[in-house]
Amino acid sequence: MMINTIYRLVSPKLFEETYDEVPDLKNQVIVRPTHLSICQADQRYYQGSRDPETLGEKLPMALIHEGIGKVVKDDTGTFKNNDIVAMIPNTPVENDEVIAENYLRSSKFRASGFDGFMQDYVVSTPERLVKLPKDINKEVASFTELVSVSVHAINRFSSISHKRKNRIGVWGDGNVGYITSLLLKLLYPKSEIVIFGVHDEKLSLFGFVDEVFKINEVPNNLCIDHAFECVGGIGSLSATEQIIDIINPEGTISLLGVSEYPIAINTRMILEKGLYFFGSSRSSRADFLETIQIFERHPRMISYLENIINNTIRIKDLKDINKAFEKDFNSNFGKTVLIWDK
Amino acid sequence: MIFAAILAGGIGTRMGNVEKPKQFLLLGDKPILIHTIEKFYINNAFNEIIVLCPKQWISHTKDLISRYIDDSNCIKVIEGGNLRNDTIMNAIRYIEDNYELSEEDIIVTHDSVRPFITHRIIEENIKYAIDYGACDTVIPSSDTIIESKDGKFINSVPNRQNMYQGQTPQSFRILKLKELYNVLSNEEKELLTDAAKIFSSNDEQVFLVEGEVSNIKITYPHDLKVANSILKEK
Repeated sequence: MMINTIYRLVSPKLFEETYDEVPDLKNQVIVRPTHLSICQADQRYYQGSRDPETLGEKLPMALIHEGIGKVVKDDTGTFKNNDIVAMIPNTPVENDEVIAENYLRSSKFRASGFDGFMQDYVVSTPERLVKLPKDINKEVASFTELVSVSVHAINRFSSISHKRKNRIGVWGDGNVGYITSLLLKLLYPKSEIVIFGVHDEKLSLFGFVDEVFKINEVPNNLCIDHAFECVGGIGSLSATEQIIDIINPEGTISLLGVSEYPIAINTRMILEKGLYFFGSSRSSRADFLETIQIFERHPRMISYLENIINNTIRIKDLKDINKAFEKDFNSNFGKTVLIWDK
Repeated sequence: MIFAAILAGGIGTRMGNVEKPKQFLLLGDKPILIHTIEKFYINNAFNEIIVLCPKQWISHTKDLISRYIDDSNCIKVIEGGNLRNDTIMNAIRYIEDNYELSEEDIIVTHDSVRPFITHRIIEENIKYAIDYGACDTVIPSSDTIIESKDGKFINSVPNRQNMYQGQTPQSFRILKLKELYNVLSNEEKELLTDAAKIFSSNDEQVFLVEGEVSNIKITYPHDLKVANSILKEK
């Protein structure tokens, strides 16, 4: 039932309008996307920087897995019309009592395994949608997903790490580093949160942390109890090296930075110090719910997140989408929010 | 209040030798008309959706709607008129018989054979009909428009930059449209085949809503082939 217009990336930098018949609206919710946000992963598809095999396999595909929308019709009665909802990109197809939904190999993910949110309407099951407060800042809410990824990583950290958390270090002065250190400051007010980065102008935005270091100006005697690696790319190499070097024994190292390269790590020192390395990726429905609770309880968090919105671009035609991706690519920090008016 | 009028009045003489009016032909797995109605059905701005079709097709249209659309209470099928404007006036008569109208109430009129209409186009029609009293959906003309009064020689070649192709929806404040229509002579009614023209020839503003090239009207057999192939492309 229903023809839906889907705006797919067909090859790097080229979007096309395509039409799909939605087979059945039974037990589905129809959401009109209103605010979307570009992620690095989208940018890699757009720039064609994934390997050709991956591009060939995944495209054509609608990009964007961070976004919110307005419920226009709900066959399930879960939502009211015009409810504002965050859309969860992770889509599990099975239940597992041990493995979380975002780590199940069978789970599908929007704008990775199937179409993302660049559509006239997103048709979703009700459990992949989470209601947002009516008066929420919609531009910030557009990247609820990104915040929920950090919330998820911090939850894993809470359950895995030992109790001594005097000083926690976050490596990476990009969006993930910003959001993660902001959440850590909020959730661990007694811990000293320290950020390690490269760019002065980015680091100047981290006013809420206890200390800021450039990675080549770290004092010799500085120690940390736990670390979050939010660097990614080839930079992961030097970041993990530095972390292993200055972390206290039995500390945890959360890996959040995505790298296209195999990263060599000093296993001898991991053994000697008894370190825990663990990966964190994506998020689940529970993480979304927790993120929205944090938004509601801590309005200050929202205003800090407003600070990293770099571009807000209204999308009325396909050219605007290209413009938004180019602008996002040329900004070295911050989020690009798309007001979806296509 | 906001109403949608789906104009399925035509009997599709341009569609070649087909038995059914073109709005009943299949696009994908469903009649074109159903695809079009769905776009309005899922938009909760509308108080009621009125489908206007030839008398002999009313029962069939009702059957189709109840077969394909679960909760069709907000969809009413009534008889269209001879001309496009008669059809719209039938819709307005129905609305007046069933609702208490005020100046702000609007009607969004749409061709039943334009199933690729998007959410934005519908939303902007509602917005600008409220803001300006009338609006029409158009795209810039890609071809040069030639005017010829006798069909043999050119009378004029208007500047293409000022030319647009009309699509639908066309949306209006209901009472204003009725007021303008009722003072027309029968001759004028024959001449003013387009409801937006009734506004503009009375010096009333009609706002241009940006359409989409894909918002095609399935008029000729060729169009249906195009529509079916763009729907199935992956």
